[in-house]
Amino acid sequence: MTTYTPSETEAPAAEGKTKVEKVAKAYINPYLAAILLGIVLFTAFFLTGSGLGASGGLNRILVFFEDLIVPGHIDRTPYLLAMAGGSKNPLDSWIVFLTLGTIIGGFTSGWIHNRVKVETNRGPRVPVKLRWVMAFIGGALMGFGARYARGCTSGQALSGGAVLSAGSWAFMFAVFAGAYALAYALRKFWN
Amino acid sequence: MAPFPLPLSTLLGHWGAYVVFGLIGFSFGFVLEMAGFGNSKKLAAQFYFKDMTVLKVMFGAIIVAMVLIFGASAIGLLDYNLLWVNPTYLWPGIVGGLIMGAGFIIGGFCPGTSLVGAATLKLDAIFFALGVIFGIFLFGETVSNFSLFWNSSYLGRLTIPDLFGLPTGVVVLGLVLMALFMFWGAEQLERKFGDQDPTKAPKWRYAAASAVFLGAIALVVIGQPTTEDRWNSIAEEKQALLDERTVQIHPGELLDIIHDNSLKVVMLDVRDEVDFNLFHILDARHVSLETLPEMIDDLHFEPENAVFVLMSNDEAAATEGWKTLVAESVPNVYILEGGVNNWIATYGDDDLTKNFNAGAGDDQLCYIFDSAIGDRYAAAEPDPHAQELEYTPKVKLEIKRAATSGGCG
Repeated sequence: MTTYTPSETEAPAAEGKTKVEKVAKAYINPYLAAILLGIVLFTAFFLTGSGLGASGGLNRILVFFEDLIVPGHIDRTPYLLAMAGGSKNPLDSWIVFLTLGTIIGGFTSGWIHNRVKVETNRGPRVPVKLRWVMAFIGGALMGFGARYARGCTSGQALSGGAVLSAGSWAFMFAVFAGAYALAYALRKFWN
Repeated sequence: MAPFPLPLSTLLGHWGAYVVFGLIGFSFGFVLEMAGFGNSKKLAAQFYFKDMTVLKVMFGAIIVAMVLIFGASAIGLLDYNLLWVNPTYLWPGIVGGLIMGAGFIIGGFCPGTSLVGAATLKLDAIFFALGVIFGIFLFGETVSNFSLFWNSSYLGRLTIPDLFGLPTGVVVLGLVLMALFMFWGAEQLERKFGDQDPTKAPKWRYAAASAVFLGAIALVVIGQPTTEDRWNSIAEEKQALLDERTVQIHPGELLDIIHDNSLKVVMLDVRDEVDFNLFHILDARHVSLETLPEMIDDLHFEPENAVFVLMSNDEAAATEGWKTLVAESVPNVYILEGGVNNWIATYGDDDLTKNFNAGAGDDQLCYIFDSAIGDRYAAAEPDPHAQELEYTPKVKLEIKRAATSGGCG
């Protein structure tokens, strides 16, 4: 299907004799994934009125630990106050449970399809440690940008896009524009 | 009234609702992983036109969900007013989006996909997720320095149909066509840059595209329910409330709830501007029946303890306004019993009430005012302790069903 998809070869029949590493199964067709994700997104809206999200859950988990370490600081920062001011527990929110579900769901699928494996995916010319540093920097930009835009790719683009929020569509094109603008400069990093 | 979305915490309790969210999250993570989004190389390949899975999954999911959501809304199963539509802060959204785009190509994930990558032990995803947490931390610490810009260009619950003044079905159809065109373009690019052969892609994708397209056509034909349709579907149940006078509140109760600190009372005065200028209750907002529908989104943004009280000179116009708000699923809406005339009869001093105009028509102001000083009459702001009035309390806060936050709240 794609150059990066692990090949769907059958595991050797000689089971048990030599310990053969199980071969990761191929990813599903993108259009099938789109339909399934669309149904999940619809179900989320249909049952709960809210869409999907990820960065909000991470935010609250972070604030929970901040509140343990420096509770006074939370109570003096208006932005954090709304989540954890006074006796409020930042984990007492639906988005936290959605986020935990996402992690467990991702693990379960990876486990079923033999894709749970300690590894670092990177371009062929990039040392592992550089990839880690870049991942951290990219993550920091993503986290900062997600709060700036009041939502990440899931909570803003995907969810807001499906219910026709004008701002979400503007945001979505900005994300693609930002990524394509830098893609050429980073071509050696990924290819 | 449309039965969905469900009032989850009322039905299942606090923790029961969280189980539902956990299950939705589980399916979300499961699908993301199956699509290959735990793998940063697959995600980054999008930006070199080699593997356009990100674009296909993202826009594909959006159009599928969109057709299902507005389809369910068209047949009266799902109430669009109660869905969380991300409010638009245009420029902060665009700046944030550009920053995120840069983060995407540098780090190879977005927050949701990094969770899935981390769950399948991809070390780059774990470093990325830690970076996300650091970035969020940095934002929380610095936002006070640029909060002015961060809160600028706020446009509320602005939707694309509102923006272009087009029917929802037409917008959905346009976006579906745009997405299908993008998929076609993506396959051309994959053939050129990714050495992929589109003829080997499954044929069922044409059937799926046709199904979504026909769904969008159906949305154009059926249309979304109007306020009138929405009222007709609930008229039987809600008309009874009007007839039994369970939503018309006594002036004494209105005065008491205005002074109840646990409630936020929003008074909407639907009389014409002349009457409003002559006299109105302190803090009442003037709004005409014609512009009332435009306010619905703002009313949904009011906090959970908001109580809306409509008033006209008597009750006729206020009742029309009540029907509009109730049809559009605004919670806790009441009517001032006997309207402003009754309010003046209850709280007006002799100077005010002596000029009674017995010839005033239905729903007309039946007092004659010397000057239009609006809320500067004593009766506009009566002392709640001056007199004890007997009344049957009718205001009961119902639990707000509208989603109050999105996925990143």
